[in-house]
Amino acid sequence: MVGRVWQRLGRDRPLLLKGARELWQLRGQVLAIMLVVAAGVATFLMAISTYASLQATRASFYRSQHFADAFVQLTRAPERLARSLAEIPGVRVLETRVAGGGQLRIEGFDDPVRAWLVSLPERGEGQLNRLYLRQGRLPVEGGRGEVVVGEAFASAHGLRPGDPLPAIIRGRAQTLRVVGVGISPEFVYQIQAGAAFPDFKRFGVLWMRREALAEALELDQAFNHLAIALVDPERDGPAVLAELDRQLQPYGGRGAYLRADQLSHKFLSVEFDQLRALATVFPGVFLGVAAFLLHVVFGRMIAAQRETIGVLRAFGLPRRRLLLHYCGMVAAVVVLGVLPGLLGGLWLGRQLGAVYLDFYRFPALSWQLPPLAVLAAFVIALLAGMAGAWSSLRQAARIEPAEAMRPPIPPSFRRGLLERTLLRPFRSLLLRMSLRQLLQRPWKTVLTLLGIALASAVLTLGLFQTDALFYMVDRQFAYGLRNDLQVVFADARHPQVLDELRRLPGVERVIGIRYEPVRLVHHGVRRRVSLEAWSQDPAGPAALDLKRILLGDDQLGAMPSGGLVLTDALAASLAVRPGETIWVERLEGDRRQFAAPIVGLARESIGSSAYASAEWLDRALGDGPRVSAAALRLRPDADPQALYDRLEARPAVIAIGQRSAAIENFYDTMAESMDIFTRVSFGLAALIAFGVLYNTVRIAYAERERELATLRVLGLRAGEVSQLLIADLALLTVLSLPLGALTGWSMAKLLSLGLQSELYRVPAYLSPATFASATSVVLLAAVVAAIVIHRRVLRLAPLAALGSRE
Amino acid sequence: MSRALLQLQQVSKHYPGHPPVVALDQVSLDLLGGELVVLLGPSGSGKSTLLNVVGGLDRPTDGSLSFEGLRLDQADDAQLTRYRRDHVGFVFQFYNLVPSLTALENVALVTQLAGAGAMEPEEALAEVQLSHRLHHFPAQLSGGEQQRVAVARAIAKRPRVLLCDEPTGALDSHTGSRVLEVIEAANRRIGAATIVITHNSAIAAMGDRVIRLADGRVVDDQRQAARVPADQLQW
Repeated sequence: MVGRVWQRLGRDRPLLLKGARELWQLRGQVLAIMLVVAAGVATFLMAISTYASLQATRASFYRSQHFADAFVQLTRAPERLARSLAEIPGVRVLETRVAGGGQLRIEGFDDPVRAWLVSLPERGEGQLNRLYLRQGRLPVEGGRGEVVVGEAFASAHGLRPGDPLPAIIRGRAQTLRVVGVGISPEFVYQIQAGAAFPDFKRFGVLWMRREALAEALELDQAFNHLAIALVDPERDGPAVLAELDRQLQPYGGRGAYLRADQLSHKFLSVEFDQLRALATVFPGVFLGVAAFLLHVVFGRMIAAQRETIGVLRAFGLPRRRLLLHYCGMVAAVVVLGVLPGLLGGLWLGRQLGAVYLDFYRFPALSWQLPPLAVLAAFVIALLAGMAGAWSSLRQAARIEPAEAMRPPIPPSFRRGLLERTLLRPFRSLLLRMSLRQLLQRPWKTVLTLLGIALASAVLTLGLFQTDALFYMVDRQFAYGLRNDLQVVFADARHPQVLDELRRLPGVERVIGIRYEPVRLVHHGVRRRVSLEAWSQDPAGPAALDLKRILLGDDQLGAMPSGGLVLTDALAASLAVRPGETIWVERLEGDRRQFAAPIVGLARESIGSSAYASAEWLDRALGDGPRVSAAALRLRPDADPQALYDRLEARPAVIAIGQRSAAIENFYDTMAESMDIFTRVSFGLAALIAFGVLYNTVRIAYAERERELATLRVLGLRAGEVSQLLIADLALLTVLSLPLGALTGWSMAKLLSLGLQSELYRVPAYLSPATFASATSVVLLAAVVAAIVIHRRVLRLAPLAALGSRE
Repeated sequence: MSRALLQLQQVSKHYPGHPPVVALDQVSLDLLGGELVVLLGPSGSGKSTLLNVVGGLDRPTDGSLSFEGLRLDQADDAQLTRYRRDHVGFVFQFYNLVPSLTALENVALVTQLAGAGAMEPEEALAEVQLSHRLHHFPAQLSGGEQQRVAVARAIAKRPRVLLCDEPTGALDSHTGSRVLEVIEAANRRIGAATIVITHNSAIAAMGDRVIRLADGRVVDDQRQAARVPADQLQW
């Protein structure tokens, strides 16, 4: 076998040498294609390996820490109930817990910091949702005030075992002591309920021993949280949830849910899916560009080798072997690109994995590279390459032996309609030459334009994520929500509490908000949401002032009266339209069910919300007016710190959220993490833009070398001759800019569709700055290409024009 | 005949290599204004190198070369470009027309560069009997027609030196003969010193003077008593 291959190689040696030498001659262009193929393969493998690694890491972390399959939150149930709950068929392990909110004071950090405290069993590490300790130890049995702090929060504030941590729980100040730093499968993604983005500085998870926390939360001999492992989540899930709901109804059960609805897990799943979407879009663009470049370069090579091919055919080389020869050359270029792409992808995958690890706090990344992905990278890149070069390869195969004997035919130009109309006003012959090159080679022009447009699209896509994210946050929080502070109460209470808040110094306006966990049902589809109902402000105009619902791009609405407004994504998932009626099942208290008309849709990018006016909801629930939180607008002269102190001292207040600080924090952290991404996409886009533009102008140079040399002989200066090529380049570049903007926008739209989830609807928004950046990169690449080609023209020997050389 | 327009003294041209190639070896000759010189020689004899040097496309390695006192052997790139632009007309074996310009525009390209004193492009094309093909692109013209456009382009600026490198090399005898006729007519009309390079010794009869080159040296330089009109040449 080996012998036969060797023999075959020996026979093909001259052709192999020919191919290798020709590729070496074209090394500049080959390098450009290699780099673009490498970029495609690298981004593909980076995204796929990161996706696979994160999936595997999450799965193994969940396994080792015994992450629960189902969860329930309730108001308060006696501990003895646990036994009967554990006997529900399908339940494997059931663990009761207490959990609740509190405020923390961090030295040197003035903003309110919210804590979510979760109990650990009194002894040991428990059976479910086990903590993974990074530093220190678990609290000792009966260790009052000893806490383990979530790692993200601990590193945001530099907390270490031994540090004191002043806290206010249910209005009582106490000093906690950090004894350990840990991570939990339940809080891999540490985000506050209701928040759109994590804020490691203002929200932390703390674990305490059960008795100590129950005492602080006034839940002795009781529980308000359940974690459950099921025998078979798929099979037993629905029945167990229904039975849990039934038994917990008298205790304020808020509806049991499976892991798929668990906040941290859900966010992780959405982010992982987004990564998968990225794994297709970016490599697609790169390989598209590589295919284009191969098309251009091989088209030119085969046109220039017409005679050689004719001679080879005349000597009896079969068409099949000729085709194989050129396919081999294409494959060589692609493989040369795939190999560094593989290495780059592996490296980038590890880097990105490390970034995610830092963000999600898994104990260690279980790095994975699916072998199939490597194979897929090879196959996809080869297919893209062959597809790009296909028309040129076919042309090569069609060349007849007699072609070698014929003199070259000048490229044909005609005086068509475009010629008579469009070119009429242009007197400059050089400009006419450029315009004719573009107009009379429409396919070539269109392909080139597409190539440049793809470059600008890569950059646009790179910046798109930042744009979209900032736009979302801006719309939702800066535009839609106008309060300065949000105060969350430990439980729903009478709106009288708002009057107390109004009397606090510095408070200008207070609006009550009622949050009601409900299940919306329409034609058998169920969705758990927290219904958000805003009340009227008796002191002033409608609540429109503090909370506005985004009804359209620039349209804001007041709280609806007479029904519900759903975010369009939620409405779509329930297949309900305005004017229709939906069933609302209350998940707390009397668990009543009632029909509610849908009176409008909100176009919000973040979360799935249902809005109502508090008055309407109070009527529908029939338990009198209630508020769960309050939105506060402060006077310009207010002293926020003094206000926080007063608020924290109230037992009823479990959380204070500061809107502006949260938004600022978001912008800061995002801008920082997006910076790397922006730089990388800038680099890649510049690479592609330069690759496409340089190849285009380089090939134009090769094709027209004789013509250009003739012009030099006729007395044109080198500068005048290079102007000709640069004019072509400039025209192409200018024409490609609008196309680039359109391509970038279309791809952003495509990507935004790929990134849709119930948690986010990424808008296809691109900022003017993004368009400007894309444009400047393309222009810069064009300038560099122009300089390179100008230098080449300076070296052009007029003698190249002459037919006979000695 | 007028005085020497171009003077070559001991002009040599070497190309580096192992061993170096001697393309021209101490060539001395004067080229007079208005004379038609046929340069004959086998492949590798140095004809094209001589043409390149005379046309300001290449500099000699040794010796001096001057055009009306301008030392071309010492001229820089810009001076050589200026020399070609103002004084030299070229006709190539493979025509070298710009494919994206029509016949008229190909000629206009040169007349625009040359400025005052040049013919109108239409006039130059009339000289080569192509007034009916003004708006055709090269691909729409026959080989002979393309070469006549190339001649029109070369003569339109009324050059002092007209250099024709194998102008009939790619043409059949009938078409070739028509091309030679227009070159001959142009030589008479504008009075340019004209060099026609050829392998074909039958063409020699149309020249005032026939120079034979071999191995980079002038081996024969003869003035002819009378020129045979191009249409009477037989090959």
